[in-house]
Amino acid sequence: MKYADEFRDKIIAQRLAQTIGTEANPQRAYRFMEFCGGHTHAIARYGLEDLLPANVRLIHGPGCPVCVLPTSRIDMAIRLVARPQVTLCVYGDLMRVPGTQGQSLLRARALGADIRMVYSTLDAIRIAEHTPDQQVVFFAIGFETTAPATAVMIRLAKKKRLKNLSVFCNHVLTPPAMQSILDSPDIQTIGQAEIDGFIGPAHVSTIIGTEPYGRLADEFGEPIVIAGFEPLDVMQAILMLVRQVNDGRSEVQNQYSRAVKREGNHRAVEEMSNVFELRDQFEWRGLGLIPDSGLKLKRAYAKFDAEARFVMHEQPVADNPACECGAILRGMKRPVNCKLFGTVCTPETPIGSCMVSSEGACAAHWTYGRGRGHQLRRA
Amino acid sequence: MRVKSYQRKLDIKNGCIDLSHGSGGRATTELVLGLFHEAFGNEWLARCNDQSAFGVRSGRMVMTTDSYVVSPLFFPGGNIGSLAVHGTINDVAMAGARPLYLAASFILEEGFRLSDLKAIADSMGAAARAAGVHIITGDTKVVERGKADGLFISTTGVGVLANGLELSAENARIGDRVLVSGCLGNHGVAIMSRRHNLAFQVDIVSDSAALHDLVAVMVAAGGASIRVMRDPTRGGLAATLNEIAHQSSLGFRLQEEAIPVKPVVTAACELLGLDPLHVANEGKLVAIVAADMADAVLAAMKAHPLGCDAADIGEAVADHHHLVQMSTSFGGGRIVDWLSGEQLPRIC
Repeated sequence: MKYADEFRDKIIAQRLAQTIGTEANPQRAYRFMEFCGGHTHAIARYGLEDLLPANVRLIHGPGCPVCVLPTSRIDMAIRLVARPQVTLCVYGDLMRVPGTQGQSLLRARALGADIRMVYSTLDAIRIAEHTPDQQVVFFAIGFETTAPATAVMIRLAKKKRLKNLSVFCNHVLTPPAMQSILDSPDIQTIGQAEIDGFIGPAHVSTIIGTEPYGRLADEFGEPIVIAGFEPLDVMQAILMLVRQVNDGRSEVQNQYSRAVKREGNHRAVEEMSNVFELRDQFEWRGLGLIPDSGLKLKRAYAKFDAEARFVMHEQPVADNPACECGAILRGMKRPVNCKLFGTVCTPETPIGSCMVSSEGACAAHWTYGRGRGHQLRRA
Repeated sequence: MRVKSYQRKLDIKNGCIDLSHGSGGRATTELVLGLFHEAFGNEWLARCNDQSAFGVRSGRMVMTTDSYVVSPLFFPGGNIGSLAVHGTINDVAMAGARPLYLAASFILEEGFRLSDLKAIADSMGAAARAAGVHIITGDTKVVERGKADGLFISTTGVGVLANGLELSAENARIGDRVLVSGCLGNHGVAIMSRRHNLAFQVDIVSDSAALHDLVAVMVAAGGASIRVMRDPTRGGLAATLNEIAHQSSLGFRLQEEAIPVKPVVTAACELLGLDPLHVANEGKLVAIVAADMADAVLAAMKAHPLGCDAADIGEAVADHHHLVQMSTSFGGGRIVDWLSGEQLPRIC
């Protein structure tokens, strides 16, 4: 497969693994957080951890938008779609996300709710045009990667004067979440960051560029390497991080230069800033309320805001107290350290955010890594 | 000829199913005789009984049943009719048996076009004839518009199994080899490429095929050294091997590089975020074979047109967790788990 196989080459991977093994100082540990679920998935899917020396550890971050969506927002959507003449358009991976009391969009649909799985925001426009008697609501979710597509949809809906289309906006931003992890009181009390560097977002960075990470690198002294989602991208980023740590540098480096420009994608950012503005704060499942981390529609587009149109109210829901997702997302604990992991919390019956999507830390470990010792590494 | 006297010609070109076709009256007979008998024609159906009698051979009888609700009904490489014949033949064949007869039930939605029904019945007849299997009894019901998605088909198959052959999913032993008969994921990707909300251009057709002839060749080469055979349909290779691992209380270790997958399937799965090992097949089988006979069975498979891409992809290993593990082509290791939840609605 052109432009993919080249980034999955076993020989180059072994060479990179050898270099990492040679350059990593055996006297110290290297703890790198991959922020994005796409990285988490690639690491698990290709078994990258088997190629790394024991003192280079990867911590799986919160960069899976489905995982960090709070239960209360799913509950709002389920209540919304129970109304007559409401059609909810969602991306497929939202269907199984658990709400309270065992509810989910999948179950709501089984009970008769009109929920359509879509692959593009343009599908929602098409559905709205074909069903003028239905109120069509697009369940918008994702980081800076998907937000421009939502913005385009809203702009088109306004241009087409679609009165039966609106957006339930749950878009969140990446840099504030990275800052929140580094600001964590747990880490402050230990007095030492548990994270020695970040493998920075791939697709998000194609939109926002590399500049927004500069302040994080400076303020917290954290090396950040923007990396693609292919396994060789991740391996190379790890080597770049090891070198930064060894040199005492904390720079933003761009491994994914074939897609990410320093200034990002002007057009996409402009689409976003035309339509969205910051919320004061937004709840992230597992991380709590993070200031300036969520998007909402600007006043000029307020009539496309489903939360206003349908007077939707958010009722906060407490996470299961035994769930360790918050600590796992900050790198303080591993999935196997959680009592719920693999007992009551599995991909079929997720309790915590990290088990919800295949890109979550716990789900990836459960699906690709559970019960695996070092037998394959020896093999 | 007495039957023919009350038969009127169906307007297959312009007509559609209405409730009278399921009423048991004249219209039902017109449909059965004018469309299904025309497509399936054989000596058993010609007697127009509610059942058919057939001779019992030596050995043991094998029986299976399956329902087909695939959407869309027509897809590259086949349709729900050919699928309903191939799928049930394959379930009989996976016992090592020779399929003989099929029964077919149709649940039709009011308004379904007769021309589509004829195309589907004709491809069922053609698939059965090509496989040397007869559709000897059946049933037709019609439900109101909106109560079914066009057409559902249920087929039941009967076959005969030679004495001394005992294939079962609990029979795998540590050290056995895992063989697959060809490239994985073609059916699932062909179906996905035609879903209305997902249409993408991809040069791939379903692998829907009857496998009993390939099975016969394998049994001739390997005999009782073939411990288990399964066709990896819904849930793909991953589900099939996990089932066998649990039923045989062992694990599997696969080599990703050895697993045959067409580049176009890999690319489509990449686009859709799927794992080819979770994608359905309708003309492939997995065989667990004793190590000393694996090469002989593999050679027999490769010599058959339906097994030309066959491969030895791994082995059965001791594992009290009953996991399917894989050395990735990248040099790491991972688990090949069951698919969580639903990958896609209605692929077979």
